[in-house]
Amino acid sequence: MAFNFSAFAYIIALIVDAFLIFFSLFHVIAFDELKTDYKNPIDQCNSLNPLVLPEYILHLLFNFIFACSGEWFSLVLNIPLLAYHINRYRTRPVMSGPGLYDPTSIMNADVLTKCQREGWIKLAFYLLSFFYYLYGMIYSLISA
Amino acid sequence: MGTQGHATPLMSQPGNVGIPVQNNLPPLPGGSNPLVRPGFPSNANIQQQRVPSINQDFSPTRANTAMLHGNRYPTIPAQRVSSQPNLQSTYNQQFQPQFVHNQQYNTKPASGYNTPNFNHYQNVSPNQSVVNQGFNKLWGAENYDLLQTANILPPTRIEPPQITLGNDTLNAANCSGEIFRSTVTKIPESQSLLQKSRLPLGILIHPFKDLTHLSVIQCNVIVRCRACRTYINPFVYFVDSKRWKCNLCYRVNDLPEEFQYDPVSKTYGDPSRRPEIKSSTIEYIAPAEYMLRPPQPAVYLFLLDVSRLAVESGYLHLFSKVLLEELVNLPGDSRMQVGFIAFDSCLHFFSLAEGLSQPHEMMVLDIDDVFLPCPDNLLVNLKDRMELVKDLLNQLPSRYNNSYDNNSALGAALQAAHRMMSATGGRVTVFQASLPNVGPGALTAREDPNQRASAEVNNLKPANDFYKRLALDCSSHQIAVDLFIVNSQYVDIATISGISRFSGGCIYHFPLFKFERPILSEKLTNSLRRYITRKIGFEAVMRIRCTRGMSIHTFHGNFFVRSTDLLSLPNVNPDSGYGMQVSIDENLSDVENVCFQAALLYTSSKGERRIRVHTLCLPVVSTLHDVINSADQQCIIGLLAKMAVDRSIESSLSDAREAFINVAIDILSSYKLSLNLGSTPGGLLAPNCLKLLPLYISALLKNQAFRTGTSTRLDDRVQAMFEMKTKPLPWLIQSIYPDLYPVHNLEEQQVILNMMEEPVHVPPHLQLTSRLIDNNGAYLMDTGDHMMLYICSGVSQVFLKECLGVPNFNMLSDQMYEIPTIENQANQRLISLIDYLNSEKPHRATIQIIKDNSPSRSVFLERLIEDRVENALSYHEFLQHIKAQVK
Repeated sequence: MAFNFSAFAYIIALIVDAFLIFFSLFHVIAFDELKTDYKNPIDQCNSLNPLVLPEYILHLLFNFIFACSGEWFSLVLNIPLLAYHINRYRTRPVMSGPGLYDPTSIMNADVLTKCQREGWIKLAFYLLSFFYYLYGMIYSLISA
Repeated sequence: MGTQGHATPLMSQPGNVGIPVQNNLPPLPGGSNPLVRPGFPSNANIQQQRVPSINQDFSPTRANTAMLHGNRYPTIPAQRVSSQPNLQSTYNQQFQPQFVHNQQYNTKPASGYNTPNFNHYQNVSPNQSVVNQGFNKLWGAENYDLLQTANILPPTRIEPPQITLGNDTLNAANCSGEIFRSTVTKIPESQSLLQKSRLPLGILIHPFKDLTHLSVIQCNVIVRCRACRTYINPFVYFVDSKRWKCNLCYRVNDLPEEFQYDPVSKTYGDPSRRPEIKSSTIEYIAPAEYMLRPPQPAVYLFLLDVSRLAVESGYLHLFSKVLLEELVNLPGDSRMQVGFIAFDSCLHFFSLAEGLSQPHEMMVLDIDDVFLPCPDNLLVNLKDRMELVKDLLNQLPSRYNNSYDNNSALGAALQAAHRMMSATGGRVTVFQASLPNVGPGALTAREDPNQRASAEVNNLKPANDFYKRLALDCSSHQIAVDLFIVNSQYVDIATISGISRFSGGCIYHFPLFKFERPILSEKLTNSLRRYITRKIGFEAVMRIRCTRGMSIHTFHGNFFVRSTDLLSLPNVNPDSGYGMQVSIDENLSDVENVCFQAALLYTSSKGERRIRVHTLCLPVVSTLHDVINSADQQCIIGLLAKMAVDRSIESSLSDAREAFINVAIDILSSYKLSLNLGSTPGGLLAPNCLKLLPLYISALLKNQAFRTGTSTRLDDRVQAMFEMKTKPLPWLIQSIYPDLYPVHNLEEQQVILNMMEEPVHVPPHLQLTSRLIDNNGAYLMDTGDHMMLYICSGVSQVFLKECLGVPNFNMLSDQMYEIPTIENQANQRLISLIDYLNSEKPHRATIQIIKDNSPSRSVFLERLIEDRVENALSYHEFLQHIKAQVK
């Protein structure tokens, strides 16, 4: 039993992933509020937009550590989401600040459903990967 | 009816009056309609009286249609409710379906122009028995082989299709097709049926249309459903005389006692006599609960571009002239305020303080951090300072003649405007002539003139979000920004239009504007005059509700969507329309009708809070055949155009073009499927209600907004796209597929009566193809805001002499922009036709006379969209392309 770099990578991933779970929970709730008319879309976008980049950066961060520690399998699992994030940010609407959500188009039913579905899928993905990282951490701790 | 006195004590009547009537009523045809109200006492009466009236009204000419047009809108004159006029207009509407029917069959042979052709080509599909054909014809369900029918356009105006609810009173009460249109007049019962029909589902609404008759109600309690807040409407179900069931959410609500009071007969009893129940377009004067703050005064601020290009264009002369003339007609009460800001590379404010002998100009040079030079007197009460305002307007046109400033700080000017008006809200009118290139929101020229004809169009998206964010700020302070773009160069409408699109404003575009050009200056004068004097509603919101099981999906128009069914409209004007896509979420098979209700809450220019409510009721059907045969082709085109604009901006123009063609293919395929004919020998079949769809689509593909291959300036294209989003349907159709009339033989045409009951000779519509342009003729094309009179070289000298006052074709000038008034019948006929066509427009159209050998004839010829032009298919080729794809 030894503490090596890949165990460290999994520990970081575990902690960050916990944050990401909260991010996506917040995302799901925010869009539900929009759908049920609790919040004004301008306010809601203002509260969601600052959180987009931190989420993407956190996700990128632990994947970078995976790459450094040579955890290729875990990296491959995350590559689709990474690619999705990059593409999503590249094709965002024209806006001056950081973020993805535009208050003028967010109430469009298509956009709203898409965002809500995205939230749920990410939540599931982060939850599942949470357990996988837990397993990875224990495995690398005991195997070394 | 404001006096809803409770002086008469309530007798025992209310309950008893309704019930006996209900028992007396004969069982209604169909019988299963849940929305049929039990007590409509006069139903039988109406049936009886109708018969003689039909005979009376019936005549083969179209003379009476004009009368129908004149008072098509079946409501009670404002503030005055008497049963007589209402009853009458109700009749009119009931007749319309039958009448139109009769008229069709009778006028066809008589309609002068090219009837033989028309009948000859109407080749009904071959493999149907004569009996079948007869029946189908009777029900309006005949089908056409588009490839065989060269002249598909009906010779008369296309009226909105009738909605049949299986009950005459309900039919009569339904919302007018000019205000509320649905893409199908019968709603499919499930999403899968809708998908099978491949029709888009949506509604188009023109909520603030100028109406000649509108019932206005002032009452203590506005009756609304407690659960979904729907306003009571003609399609609710009265459980008994004290309760009503909401037709949107099906909740049973109590009826307030005062609702049983009939203001006409001043008695208590049957609630169905109330105007709310008789008409589905109604206006309430709202009590204090509907105000978040006291109603705002009318505030108008004008932002004027005075950069070099603007001064050169000379628009200031027209602006000052029109505004000076119309100052007294600006809508508003004694609190009305006005203000002016001019801008080039700095902001010029005008203080109109009391005691000044002339307006005091203040320049603010710091445009990056805008401040107001003085706290008040920038917006002043018009009545108090009328002389100063007039003085300023007289000075303005020449004031900046010597400035050579090429910059335009639009962003800063808008920020200043926002700051000045944020306390009250109101309307900002911007005149913009050059690209805003300094200060906040500065832009660069993005258009590559060499790419104007290419298949892919870039830069349809805004360059930055400055104008959009500012528009949202304006919207939350109830400020709307309207743009008058008088550019001679690229001004990036795609970006600056954001300020209007999200603040509920409107955009007018006068490309290559020069004061000296007669058509453009007349067009600006006409639009500006209409703009200044038209009705306006401030601090408005519009909510669209629909029956449970359906939902509004996407909104089209200029506004900000504040929640799933609420549109925020800082200003609402009578010339803009809105569109909504609708989706069916639940199965609707257990209901007979579905309803849409649009409620527009606004502050009138007189400081009254009012609610205008429109309700549209549509039957639900379960078969594909019914759905397809209930399609409303014009409304479909209106909605498709809006969807295509979104598609071109978000994806690409070629995607949008492809989508248009696919829609035509899909719809015609599903129609073929619904016919169940098996294998058909050739032909491209379309039902009567969709026979013009391919024609309109091929016209859209050649429209400025969506065409490729023809040189189109980016600004013109973007503006054409935004017009697709905001123009009310009839005007949109006219700009997509202009009306063409032969005018050289007006005396042979049929006569109808205009609103003043004067006879007008109205020729039949022609299709837009040079095939029908005769060398001996003269043709009038009406594109909505512009008309063209095309004179062919072989036209008779008599026509030239009588109508236009010139002896022969060669003497006819190339620059003729009005029809001279000459004392003879032929000239009178032409002028009254043009006046008649103008009478339904928001403002007079400009007119241009084009000779068939003048260089400007291409303006006319390019609108003959059925012909083949360089890169675009002709209509016939387009049909063949579709036919190859239809499975």
